[in-house]
Amino acid sequence: MGDWQFFALLLSNGILIGLMYSLIALGFVLVYKATDAINFAQGEFVMIAGFVVVGFLISYGAPLWLSLVAALLAMIAFGFGLERAMLRKLIGRPIIAVVMATIGLAAVLRGLGPLLWGADTKPLVLPIGDEPILLEPLFIPPIQLVGATVSLLFLGLFGWFFLKSRKGIAMRAVADSQQVAMAMGINVERYFALAWAMTGVVSALGGVIWGNMLGVDVHLSLVGLKVFPVVILGGLDSIPGAIVGGLIVGVVENVAAGYIDPFVGGGTKDFAPYVVMIIALMVRPYGIFGKQIIERV
Amino acid sequence: MLSLNNVEVIYDGVILVLKGVSLGVREGGITTLLGANGAGKTTTLKAISGLLRSERGEVTKGSIEFGDARIDRLPPHDIVKRGIVQVFEGRRVFEHLTTEENLVAGAHIQADRRRVGEGIERVYGYFPRLRERRAVQAGYLSGGEQQMLVIGRALMANPHVMLLDEPSLGLAPMLVEEIFAIVQQMNRQERLTVLLVEQNAALALTIAEHGYVMENGRVVLEGTAEALRENADIKEFYLGLTEVGAKKSYRDVKHYKRRKRWLS
Ligand SMILES: Nc1ncnc2c1ncn2[C@@H]1O[C@H](COP(=O)(O)OP(=O)(O)O)[C@@H](O)[C@H]1O
Ligand SMILES: [Mg+2]
Repeated sequence: MGDWQFFALLLSNGILIGLMYSLIALGFVLVYKATDAINFAQGEFVMIAGFVVVGFLISYGAPLWLSLVAALLAMIAFGFGLERAMLRKLIGRPIIAVVMATIGLAAVLRGLGPLLWGADTKPLVLPIGDEPILLEPLFIPPIQLVGATVSLLFLGLFGWFFLKSRKGIAMRAVADSQQVAMAMGINVERYFALAWAMTGVVSALGGVIWGNMLGVDVHLSLVGLKVFPVVILGGLDSIPGAIVGGLIVGVVENVAAGYIDPFVGGGTKDFAPYVVMIIALMVRPYGIFGKQIIERV
Repeated sequence: MLSLNNVEVIYDGVILVLKGVSLGVREGGITTLLGANGAGKTTTLKAISGLLRSERGEVTKGSIEFGDARIDRLPPHDIVKRGIVQVFEGRRVFEHLTTEENLVAGAHIQADRRRVGEGIERVYGYFPRLRERRAVQAGYLSGGEQQMLVIGRALMANPHVMLLDEPSLGLAPMLVEEIFAIVQQMNRQERLTVLLVEQNAALALTIAEHGYVMENGRVVLEGTAEALRENADIKEFYLGLTEVGAKKSYRDVKHYKRRKRWLS
């Protein structure tokens, strides 16, 4: 294989994986945008969704479609319930309270998942085969193609929702000023709940896709670690930012791993995105698309 | 039709700000609520709109009635649905939304989406300048345009009563007159009831029929606009007010001077 073919392969791989990061980052962005909460448990949400799917598939012997629907509903309910039970009480408290609460939640979920569904790695099998699709010089695992397509679809859907729909505009209004939104008759708490429920949807999708690629156990939550470089690069509150950030992280880690791993023996994937993130923080603290504080003169 | 009866408001469980305020807002009219900085005017509006709670304030005594129902225990979105909408002081636009998106957000309680389009056209009818600026992020509008936008946005909720908090603050006199003329026009054409809070008493009393003066959490004077215009104390009050709009750092001193003048 020639040099450029190798590069094209790394690139295509990075783009597809990157879109899947974008989808999970979207969950984080939705919550931050609407409620100002920083969700450090995003990866654990994905893990729980994966556990629910394999739980239904393996333990209860349910058909795949039912398991997917169950995971979707369970994660929506989980998002809703969490907002009600925990996050609503933290409204108006310093941001660090929410941060600590979600870090605590992440730890609880990492314990709870294996406790309820077992600690062994469970396969999450989807009926899409695993013969790579050959497109000279690229070869693409089918799950990556499916994952990237689903991600694009939902990124588009959520983008449309925020830009064009009345509910989306209301949610951005809440993000802009909760008090003024209230004065317009917007039930702010309902939109908080909606944001968390949407995160539930995104997490369920992520759980299925990543669960298929990595198998389901507690390590599935580690995909959450990729969310931070993605949202720092793209901007904490920007959907286009989540897409671009995801693509950058996906490409950077794949290309870096492809060229550097042979010399250092692996691990590049895990730290390369963070190097980029730190550089980005120094150059552009709002991220590429992040909301800037508007100051008129 | 909207009345406050002996309303007491406490912030944070200890700070007593309204000490038994009673006032009535006439249906279809413009009523003004005057008073120096810190008198409790904004608190009065927030008590009506239910937005006190988001600032840890509470109506602890008295009642607020609208039509024949008590509204002082309702959440803000219910109060907007009943037809009372507050326009905050300080031109609080949704900065990151466009002009038109601000208007759409203002129509949140409107279930029928066709009516939203009609509402937007109605607002552009009153404020043609907003139509030109429809696609601009509201944070980048001029001060006057932002004031127009927040009034137009409130109109999108199709209110019976609009609570307007200091729309003149920090705007050039010509703009203020333009905006007041439009408020008057809305009052006539839509039969919109207005409760107008102002420090610019001279101007407020030209468009209002009735007025109240607040001082230190209490209503200290009430009357028709005509009577208030003739009142010697009010004339004094104007004088104090000609200085408003100066640098912030002077405000407290002036506030003190004004207050003293008012009490003496
Ligand atoms: N959220 C709050 N918490 C505590 N005190 C407040 C709050 N808002 C206003 N106050 C106090 O209540 C008094 C009246 O304020 P306000 O209603 O804003 O007056 P005005 O609108 O007439 O200038 C002031 O002394 C102010 O400091
Ligand atoms: Mg005020």
